[in-house]
Amino acid sequence: MADVKKIATRESYGNTLTELGKEMPNLVVLDADLAGATKTGIFKKAFPERHIDCGIAEADMVGVAAGLSTMGFVPFASSFAMFAAGRAFEQIRNTVGYPHLNVKIGATHGGISVGEDGASHQCNEDFAVMRTIPGMVVMCPSDDIEAKAVVRAAAKYVGPVYMRFSRFASPVFHSEDYKFEIGKGEVLQDGTDVAIIATGLMVNEAIEAGKALEAKGIHARVINMCTIKPLDEELVLAAAKDCGRIVTVEEHSIIGGLGEAVCSCVAEKCPVPVKRIGVNDEFGHSGPAADLLKQFGLSAEHITEVTEAFVK
Amino acid sequence: MTEAERKQLEITACKVRMGVIEGVYNAKSGHPGGSLSASDLFTYLYFKEMNVNPEDPHMDSRDRFVLSKGHTAPGLYATLALKGFFPVEELKTLRHIGSRLQGHPNMNTVPGIDMSTGSLGQGISTACGMALGAKLRGTNERVYTLLGDGEIQEGQVWEALMFAAHRKLDNLVVIIDNNGLQIDGPVGEVMSPYPIPEKLRAFGFECVEINGHDFDQIDAAFTLAKGVKGKPFAIVMKTVKGKGVSFMENQVGWHGTAPNTEQYETAMAELRAHLAELEAK
Repeated sequence: MADVKKIATRESYGNTLTELGKEMPNLVVLDADLAGATKTGIFKKAFPERHIDCGIAEADMVGVAAGLSTMGFVPFASSFAMFAAGRAFEQIRNTVGYPHLNVKIGATHGGISVGEDGASHQCNEDFAVMRTIPGMVVMCPSDDIEAKAVVRAAAKYVGPVYMRFSRFASPVFHSEDYKFEIGKGEVLQDGTDVAIIATGLMVNEAIEAGKALEAKGIHARVINMCTIKPLDEELVLAAAKDCGRIVTVEEHSIIGGLGEAVCSCVAEKCPVPVKRIGVNDEFGHSGPAADLLKQFGLSAEHITEVTEAFVK
Repeated sequence: MTEAERKQLEITACKVRMGVIEGVYNAKSGHPGGSLSASDLFTYLYFKEMNVNPEDPHMDSRDRFVLSKGHTAPGLYATLALKGFFPVEELKTLRHIGSRLQGHPNMNTVPGIDMSTGSLGQGISTACGMALGAKLRGTNERVYTLLGDGEIQEGQVWEALMFAAHRKLDNLVVIIDNNGLQIDGPVGEVMSPYPIPEKLRAFGFECVEINGHDFDQIDAAFTLAKGVKGKPFAIVMKTVKGKGVSFMENQVGWHGTAPNTEQYETAMAELRAHLAELEAK
């Protein structure tokens, strides 16, 4: 493929916050000593007085963000997914979720594509825990264009939002005129033999798998499910009805994430067989991101293989 | 503070304590001990110190209070009711199904509550956020937060203290209710947080120690706080858990137990007698 632009969605996060900083004087960004990595450093350069580095203290950062939101600010609290959704889970649950405050959690370095840092930093559990908080919006954009749209939508939406971004640079496949809406999935390829519902980095792999399957005569419907909560049930149920089989793909544990959200939906409203592709019930480990993704079966090849076997 | 002002505060604090007993008794559960130890502080904040308006509980220019030790909501509810944020009669609905008065404060249901709290260690961080917010927008609101002495065993508290000093939040007052008891026993035995003032000073706070049941000392501390610039202020108040109800005083068992009918009558009789005494002064 010739010159596909690759951008990590954490870059999109930092860049969009900086654009929004110009438009929204009440937007503030918090970080926990990771501004260089989460890319909020870009915002800090432009708006140093509105960038609040809390030091390595994620629990406090979430509380400070909650307090700021009650003073009319729109805070984006940023860290790695592991330390935002993980370390600060209960702070997000009790001090952001329960009072339904207008706090945005920008979590970068989601999933195993964190790479060399290894299991302690590879968060495969964030969708699961964030999804259980009442009223929480959970999104995981698939490329730069969608990530920018997600950040803008989060800034506009009133209420708590969790966003997961990636460290790993991935192809930009959306066009500039892409219209994103919270809670709405996107059909990227139509088909009725099987539906592949993917989120985040896995959407591009699912697109490639969709093409490979097409070449084998299997017509897959490829769906980008950026919003994991609230789930676009209409789209999921239509896929269940039209295709009769669903494959879910996520860079997350198969426990508690997109796969289980889809399973819950179809089990109650339109039971069809579902195959979940994700990180199995195990921890990640160190290695280059691209190699890890292959090793953990989070690749177009593996999706193709699993889907082909599933429809036979 | 004038003699008359002090007398009025003492009367109000006694009524707050009656509200605590009323609420917890009717709820058949709740936390009287720490509500009673902080009743004088609640009274001082809402009847002397803070700029609040019961007619307009969300007034943007109001001072903020975060009850970081959220389990002592009965004391805060009683104070807010007496201040006119909602009817005193409603205190009897504490913890009942359908009541606005949840077991721990809910900012979205109770007028006058500035932050939902209950999980210890978290409120102080939100108070830091509010104080920083006032600084960022260049307004003059002051922010107060009350923590338990057991609560400061939570690591997040020290993250927040660091934050407050680092950001020079001189519009923030952190109050520690040092009643000396937590659920499992004396704080010094369970997991000693002592010496508290020295630790707060080492963390960059201006800090005073006072008797938390003496309105003159409380008044002096808050007056001093207003004059301190460039650093946050802390007040460690020595208090008696269960203060005002003699059989509850310094008894760890009254941390989270409701009185039975006989105990309720005894407690209310004692408080009524104290109130009559104060009013006769």
